[in-house]
Amino acid sequence: MAKEMRTEKLQAWYGSLHILKGIDMVIEKNSITAIIGPSGCGKSTFVRCLNRMHEVVDGTKVEGKVWFEGQDVYDQQIDPVDIRRKIGMVFQKPNPFPTMSIYDNVAAGLKLNGIRNKKILNEAVERSLRMAALWDEVKDRLNYSGMSLSGGQQQRLCIARALAIQPEIILMDEPASALDPISTSHIEDLVVELKNEVTIVIVTHNMQQAARIADTTAFFLNGNLVEHDKTDKMFMSPCDKRTEDYLTGRFG
Amino acid sequence: MTDIILKSNLGRRKFVNRLMLGIVILLTALAIIPLICIVGYIIYKGLPAINWDFFTKLPVPVGESGGGIGNSIIGTLILVAIASVVGIPIGILSAVYLSEYKPAGAFSSCVRFVVDVMLGIPSIVLGIFAYLTFVKPFGHFSAISGGLALALLMIPIVGRSTEEILKLVPNTIREGAYALGVPKWKTILRIVLPYATKGIVTGVMLGVARVAGETAPLLLTAFGNHFWSKNINEPIASLPAQIFEYAKSPFDDWIQKAWGAALVLIVLVLTLNVIARVITRGRFKNAS
Amino acid sequence: MNYRGLAKEIELKIHSDRPARKWPVEAFFKWGTFAFAFLIIVLLIWMIIAIAIQSQLSLEKFGFQFLTSTDWDPVKGLFGALPFIYGTIVSSIVAIAVAAPISIGVALFLTEMAPKWLRTPIGFLIELLAAIPSILFGLLGLFVFVPFVREWIQKPIGKILGWFPLFSGAPIGLGMLSAGLLLAIMIIPIITALARDIIGNVPNIQKEGALALGATRWEMIWKVVLPYARSGILGAVILGLGRALGETMAVTMVIGNRAEIKASLFAPSHSMAAVIANEFTEATGDLYLSSLIEVGLILFLVTFLLNALARFLIWSVAKGPKGGIRA
Repeated sequence: MAKEMRTEKLQAWYGSLHILKGIDMVIEKNSITAIIGPSGCGKSTFVRCLNRMHEVVDGTKVEGKVWFEGQDVYDQQIDPVDIRRKIGMVFQKPNPFPTMSIYDNVAAGLKLNGIRNKKILNEAVERSLRMAALWDEVKDRLNYSGMSLSGGQQQRLCIARALAIQPEIILMDEPASALDPISTSHIEDLVVELKNEVTIVIVTHNMQQAARIADTTAFFLNGNLVEHDKTDKMFMSPCDKRTEDYLTGRFG
Repeated sequence: MTDIILKSNLGRRKFVNRLMLGIVILLTALAIIPLICIVGYIIYKGLPAINWDFFTKLPVPVGESGGGIGNSIIGTLILVAIASVVGIPIGILSAVYLSEYKPAGAFSSCVRFVVDVMLGIPSIVLGIFAYLTFVKPFGHFSAISGGLALALLMIPIVGRSTEEILKLVPNTIREGAYALGVPKWKTILRIVLPYATKGIVTGVMLGVARVAGETAPLLLTAFGNHFWSKNINEPIASLPAQIFEYAKSPFDDWIQKAWGAALVLIVLVLTLNVIARVITRGRFKNAS
Repeated sequence: MNYRGLAKEIELKIHSDRPARKWPVEAFFKWGTFAFAFLIIVLLIWMIIAIAIQSQLSLEKFGFQFLTSTDWDPVKGLFGALPFIYGTIVSSIVAIAVAAPISIGVALFLTEMAPKWLRTPIGFLIELLAAIPSILFGLLGLFVFVPFVREWIQKPIGKILGWFPLFSGAPIGLGMLSAGLLLAIMIIPIITALARDIIGNVPNIQKEGALALGATRWEMIWKVVLPYARSGILGAVILGLGRALGETMAVTMVIGNRAEIKASLFAPSHSMAAVIANEFTEATGDLYLSSLIEVGLILFLVTFLLNALARFLIWSVAKGPKGGIRA
C-alpha cells in the first residue's frame, strides 16, 4: 500500500509535560488507522500534531518531523493553515458552528476560504452531506440551525463539514465517544465507507471499535508507540506483552 | 462546626435565623424603594412638561413661555455618536487582542489593570484631561471634545464587557474553524465575533446608556448652547447639562423643563438598559 | 459521489500552495488589535502626565500646604484644598457607613436567602438603579431629598442630639448629611452587584457542609460564607468608596458648595469633584486653573490607589483563601 504520511521522532509537550516521546509511525493511504491506548497516553495529542492543531493551545511545543506529500509539515516554509485544509479533523464533541445553518456549516470551509460560486457550493454541500450519510435526513431543512440536530447528526454534520474542503486525510479524535450506540454504529459505517476516498486516522478508547473498522491499529502507552500492525494481527497475537495486557483488560 | 449544634439551643438559633431574614428583606426593600421613587417622581413631575414643542423647539429666555429642549436632545445624540465611533472600536478591538491573541502574560495583565483603573477614574477627571487635550490647545469648547471625553468613559466599559463575553465563546468552535484551514483572523471575524454578537451589543448598549447620562465631563468640554448645533467644532447642548442649568435656576418654568428633560433622559437610559439585559437573557437559548 | 473530481476552483483556492498572493493579514490583524490595546495604556499614562504637568504651577506655588490650607480665595490668589478634601472624605464616609451594611444585606438576600424566582427580578431592579445618571439623583436630591432630610432627619435628630457637635446647627437640608445619604443610595447598587458575585463564588461544598451539620441558613452565612468572602466584600466596599469620592453632579447639587470645615454634618460643605465642576470654566488666571487641576490630580491618585487595593482584594478571593477547600 502507498504511504500517505510518516512521522519521525515526533515529540510534543504541553507546558512542562512531555506527552509524546518520539513517535515513528507510518500511515497508509486509503486505509483506516486506529489509535488505541489508555487515557493520557498521548493518542489525542498525536493526531493533533499531524495537522498542527496541537500548537493552537498556548504553552505547547512540538519537535520532530511529519512527512506528508514529500514535505515536512513542520517546515518553516509551511503555513499550518494550508496543512489543515489538506488534513481535516473531527473532534470528540460535535462542534457545529452555532451561528450557522446546516448548509452554511458544511459550506463554511469553502466560503471562509474564498469560494463564493453558488453552483460549486451547492454541489459540494450536497455531495458532502451524502458522503456523511446525512443528506436524506436534512435535505428539507438546510436552513435550520446546525444546533437543531441530534448529537449523532451533529457529528455527521461535522464530518460533512470536514469533507467539503476535500482533504486527503481526516483525523478523528474519539468521534463517537459522546454518542449513543446507534449513532456510534452510524459513524462507524460511515468511516468504513469513506476510506475509499480519504485516509482516516481515528483515535478511540473503544477496542471493539478499532477491531471492527480499522485496517491497522497502533497502541500508545505513556507517550510511546508500543506496537503498530494489521488490526487482526494485533488483536490475535500481539508482539508486545504490554499490548496483550491492555487488550485483555489487565490495565487501562 | 459541631460546636454550633452542641452548644446552642435550637429555638434561639431558629429565631436568630428568622430575625436576620427579616432584616435582610428590610434592607433589600430599602435599596429598591429609591428606584421606584425616582422613576415615579420623575414621571409625575416631568409629564406635564412634555409636549410636541418640548422636543422640537429651542430654549427660550426667562419670561417667555413655550420653547423646548430639542437642541439638547440632538446634542446628546451627537455627543453619544462621537463617543461611540471612537470608543466602541477601541474597546472591542483591544478586547479581541486580550482574549484571542494574548490571554495570559504581563502586557495583557497590564492592559486589564489599566481598564480597571479607567473604570474607576471619576468622570470629572476625564473631563479635565479632555479639556487639557482637546479644548485648551484650540481655545474653545466643542462637541468633539465632549464626545472624546465620553469615549474615554466608554472604552473601559465596552472593553471589559467584550472580553468577558469572548471568554465565554467555547474553544471547540475556534478549533473547528482552524481544522478547516481557516486563518485565525478570519476565525475571529466570522466565527468568534458573530457568536458573541449579542453579548457585545449588550456591553455597547450599557456603555452608551452610561455616557448618555454623563454630565460632569461635558461641563468642561461641550459646555452647552441654546441653538441648533451646526458644527461639531463648536460648543453643543446636551440633556444632562441642560438639566443641570435649569435645575440651578430660580425660575419655575425652567425647573419644570428640567423635570421634562429628566424624564426624556431616564426613558432613554432605562430603555437601553432593559433592552440590553433582555438580549443577554436570551443569549444561551440558541447557542448551547 | 465523485470525491476526487475536484472542481477547479476548489483545487485552486483551497489546495494550491499559493505563496504568491499571501497578504500578511494575520500579522496586520494581530498587531492592529495590539495597537488598540496598547493605546489604552498610552491614554492612561498620557492622562497622568497631562494632568500632572498642568498642576505644576499650583504644586510649585503652594507645595504641601495645598493639602493643609483652608483658604480658597481666588481674589487673593490663595488656594488650599483642605475644605474640599475634608468634604469629600466625610461625605464618602457617611455614604459608606450607610451603604455597606445595606448592600451586603441585599447581596446575601439575593444569593443565599431569597427564593429563586425572586432573585432575578430584584437583581434586575438593583442593576437598573445603578444605571440612573447621577444628574437625575442630583435633581431629585435637590428638590425632594434635601427637604426630606431637613424635615424628617435633621429636625428630629437636632431636637434630641443637637448638643452633640456632629448634629448641631440649623437644619437647612443642603449639606454634608444630604450628600452622604444621597451618595449611599447611588453606591448601593455598585457594592451590591460586586458583593453578590463574590458571595456567589463561595464553593457550594463548604456551604453544604455546614448545612449538613445542622446549621441554620444564617449560621451557615455567618460561619462559612462571610469569612470566606470577607476580603472580597471589603474590596467591593472600597470600590464603592472610590465611586463616592469621585461622584460629581449629585453631590454638587445637594452639598451646599461652601468651602468651609464645620464639625456638624448639617452644615453646608464642598467636595473636590464639585469644586472642579463649579469653578473650572469660570476660573480666571493660570494659578486658579492649575489649582483646580491639582484637585483633580489628587482625586485621580486617591481613586487610583483605592481601585488597585480593591481589585487586589477581590482578586485574592477569586483565587480562594490559602489552605481553603477549593471546589
